[in-house]
Amino acid sequence: MTSLTNPLVQVENLSKVYEGRRSLANRLTGVEPFSVRAVNDVSFHVDRGEILGLIGESGCGKSTLGRAVLRLHEPTAGRVLFDGTDVTALSAGALKDMRRRMQIVFQDPYASLNPRSTVADIVGLPLRLHGLAASRSEMRDQVVGILEKVGLNAAHLDRYPHQFSGGQRQRIGIARALISHPEFIVCDEPVSALDVSIQAQIIQLLLELKDEMGLTYLFISHDISVIGYLSNRVAVMYLGEIVEMGPASDVLARPRHPYTQSLMSAVPDVDAPGHHQRVRLTGDLPSPLDPPPGCKFHTRCPLATDACKHAAPVPEEVSPGHRVACHRLHENLSVLETASRAEGC
Amino acid sequence: MSQNDILLEVEDLRTVFDTSEGAVRAVDGVDVTVRRGECLGVVGESGSGKSVTFSSVMGLVRAPGRIAGGRIRFDGRDLIGLGPRDMRAIRGRDISMTMQDALTALNPALTVGEQLAEMLNAHDEDLPARGGARRRAIREKSVEMLRLVGIPSPDSRLGQYPHEFSGGMRQRIMIAIALAPGPKLLIADEPTTALDVTIQAQVLELISDIRARLGMSVVLITHDLGVVAEHCDRVMVMYAGQVVEEGATVDVIANPRHPYTRGLLASIPRLSMRGQPIRPIEGQVPNLVGLPPQCRFYSRCPERMDSCLQTVAMRPAGPGRRARCIAIAEEAVA
Amino acid sequence: MTVADIDAGPVAVASGAGQTIFRRNLARFAANRLAMASVAVVFLFVLLAIFAPWIAPHDPNETDLFRRLQPPAWQAGGEWSYLLGCDALGRDILSRIIYGSRISIFIGAAVIFVATTVGIAAGLAAGYFRGWVDVTISRLVDILLSFPYLIFAIGLMAMMGPGLVNIILALAYKEWVIPCRVVRGETLATRELEYVEAARALGASSAHIMAREILPNILSPVIVVSTIRIAHVIILEASLSFLGLGVQPPTASWGSMVADGRAFILGAWWVSTFPGLAILLLVLAINVASQGLRDAFDPRFQE
Repeated sequence: MTSLTNPLVQVENLSKVYEGRRSLANRLTGVEPFSVRAVNDVSFHVDRGEILGLIGESGCGKSTLGRAVLRLHEPTAGRVLFDGTDVTALSAGALKDMRRRMQIVFQDPYASLNPRSTVADIVGLPLRLHGLAASRSEMRDQVVGILEKVGLNAAHLDRYPHQFSGGQRQRIGIARALISHPEFIVCDEPVSALDVSIQAQIIQLLLELKDEMGLTYLFISHDISVIGYLSNRVAVMYLGEIVEMGPASDVLARPRHPYTQSLMSAVPDVDAPGHHQRVRLTGDLPSPLDPPPGCKFHTRCPLATDACKHAAPVPEEVSPGHRVACHRLHENLSVLETASRAEGC
Repeated sequence: MSQNDILLEVEDLRTVFDTSEGAVRAVDGVDVTVRRGECLGVVGESGSGKSVTFSSVMGLVRAPGRIAGGRIRFDGRDLIGLGPRDMRAIRGRDISMTMQDALTALNPALTVGEQLAEMLNAHDEDLPARGGARRRAIREKSVEMLRLVGIPSPDSRLGQYPHEFSGGMRQRIMIAIALAPGPKLLIADEPTTALDVTIQAQVLELISDIRARLGMSVVLITHDLGVVAEHCDRVMVMYAGQVVEEGATVDVIANPRHPYTRGLLASIPRLSMRGQPIRPIEGQVPNLVGLPPQCRFYSRCPERMDSCLQTVAMRPAGPGRRARCIAIAEEAVA
Repeated sequence: MTVADIDAGPVAVASGAGQTIFRRNLARFAANRLAMASVAVVFLFVLLAIFAPWIAPHDPNETDLFRRLQPPAWQAGGEWSYLLGCDALGRDILSRIIYGSRISIFIGAAVIFVATTVGIAAGLAAGYFRGWVDVTISRLVDILLSFPYLIFAIGLMAMMGPGLVNIILALAYKEWVIPCRVVRGETLATRELEYVEAARALGASSAHIMAREILPNILSPVIVVSTIRIAHVIILEASLSFLGLGVQPPTASWGSMVADGRAFILGAWWVSTFPGLAILLLVLAINVASQGLRDAFDPRFQE
């Protein structure tokens, strides 16, 4: 397996806890300030040249995980190895140099560009920060070069972000991320804010650029169709933990975790409306401030037993590279079957 | 179909926004028919005019927007030219609308119970005239509405404020408020866009369920063809202020007649398409100021011809179907 | 409302090309007639201040005991060459008002310049670094805010002694708190935006992020607040001068002129009234102009 050779990114037991400030009132009353385990003991790797899709609903910690991997948010525990270097142990100066090699594309094409800067300034910023251009004209050439790659051109250089549509802004954001020739890109919901037809353009562009520039993506999305379409491997996240991970074809064809199963059954299907069974998850996502004990999914899981309420399941490998964290894994149950049986009664 | 089957009929609606750059024809000659008891899906991207069309029906278009022409008939009554008083009476009682973002659409300073009571007070004519009997009836009805939309222990939650509910629950509450007066038509504007898939499925099933139970009509405005495929009887596809295709959902998705609908369907990434390139629609929506009289999809259409550079009208495209594409007529001739 | 606001999206692309947000706001400001008239009034005062020696009909400090409390020209005993009359020492009031505008405008501008510079630096640091930096600066701000402004300035002036530089310092010591609070709040909100995070992801330093990514985006509200505050500072300077703690005689200052006329207010109303009107007119013009600036530049006041 390639994973044994040398993954580009190796994440080991990464956690990110947000804690409220310990105020005087807290100290006097002895009440602990709030703490949120946004990411809880997560491990995975991303191989060179692959796309790892990270799926989850809002509040599951997928964006925090993406930022913690880049050390945009300081991880609370765990390590991130990038090409063998421990990113979490780098000094500020070394981290700055490392940033040239790992980049991020953001979700919101309106908030991610400085409204007072021109396209030339925005896209040229990485060159300036890392001293990658010897002169102004060289910088301009490089900016124009990358703009043309993402489907824009030199005529756009002196315009401001508000003069572009959402799709064009996302192209500017991609150009900014790619101009320093990074190897690894975290794509944080890069198409969620876009219209369907524009979404397809950006997905296509990201795929083309990946082949052309030899990139590796961690692609974060709540949209299982997008993830399923472009990922080599997928990881499914629920309340700060990865509950299922494996080759995309395997996980999406034979989802083993009840959460993955219900997630997939909830996606409306244009091609076969009503032809698939639907698992109706009851209730809402529990508050991350007060996560349930044991398996975090047990409050909504149709298969939950008493055991699930007490002990957290340990991930197990069900087929090569396909790991699932579920107590009832070996009973080979499907929430779909359970649901239809219940309906039959 | 008899005339009596039709609940809402919009003909040649034109809504214009006067801006510093010129008049934006946000809705330009739109026809809509909603039958009693059906669910009509309205699909389009931002700028397609799908939301403005139904704000116009609700009489909610504000300056600098104005309705520049057209006819809106609801349940046999003409809505255009109706005074603000009569319009307010129809809004809420006969037609209700839910917004995309429940958090901003609900009043944060009033409890859920107060907001339901306000709606019932204004519009429900079956309630006792006054006094304690009326208050009790309102409370009973409010509890019943919250139960209808699937909120657990509704009695105790009436006293809570919107921020004390989760996103999915807030969307349910907004639906409960919209449904409280028993409207004949519910317009749901992107009811699930802000929600997670698992919650989205719950809310959409709830709307379908209530529609069947109360026998009302639903207009579901969305950008998601998957949602339309699963929940709507008929679909209307809008592009740049015009309807480009309409018909029974099954037919339109199985055999789209307009190149834009085809492009939209081809743009959706599918699990089954792994490894094959998706074919996005090139380019972007045209500027709606000073558009020449031509097919609005012309600049992005892979099948464009010179004859598209003229006004293109909706034309019949099979049983119960219409589309705005010149190629359809020529097909018929050939 | 522009095209872009209707249905957020691509419709806006072709429109307004080549126009920066600043220029759009400036055009909006220029369309406000009342604000433009106020700007003209302010501009007129600035011209008076700069060209005082050429405009003033007389030497402002030249005393003439024969013209003691001479009434304005249109009253009995008035003279057209002494349009607004003379004060108790027979000095021409119009000339003194013209020279006095130098003091008011210079002190107003200087105090706001110093205060805004300090306030921006402190506010950016507090809002960006947060933690102990923020706690320190914010506590200092709270303490300064708890003193009544005028009493604080009087105390400082009493300690430092009179003089132009001391007045500026005495007023700026507290004035920086205002822009600081505005900048801190805006910085706190702006630092969470994705473009700031993007700059961090690209490896930008804190100094770069504060100066290039945050500051340009929060400058509009700061400028708006600062112009409003110029009017306050002018009144404060006049108050200090009125109390005799401001610019020392014989230098003309509007505040001290009002004070000088107090004793004669019943018999010679013009001595106090005209400098008072000058204060009123300038402060009013600045307020109306800054109101217009706020409407045009602060996104929160735009529909």
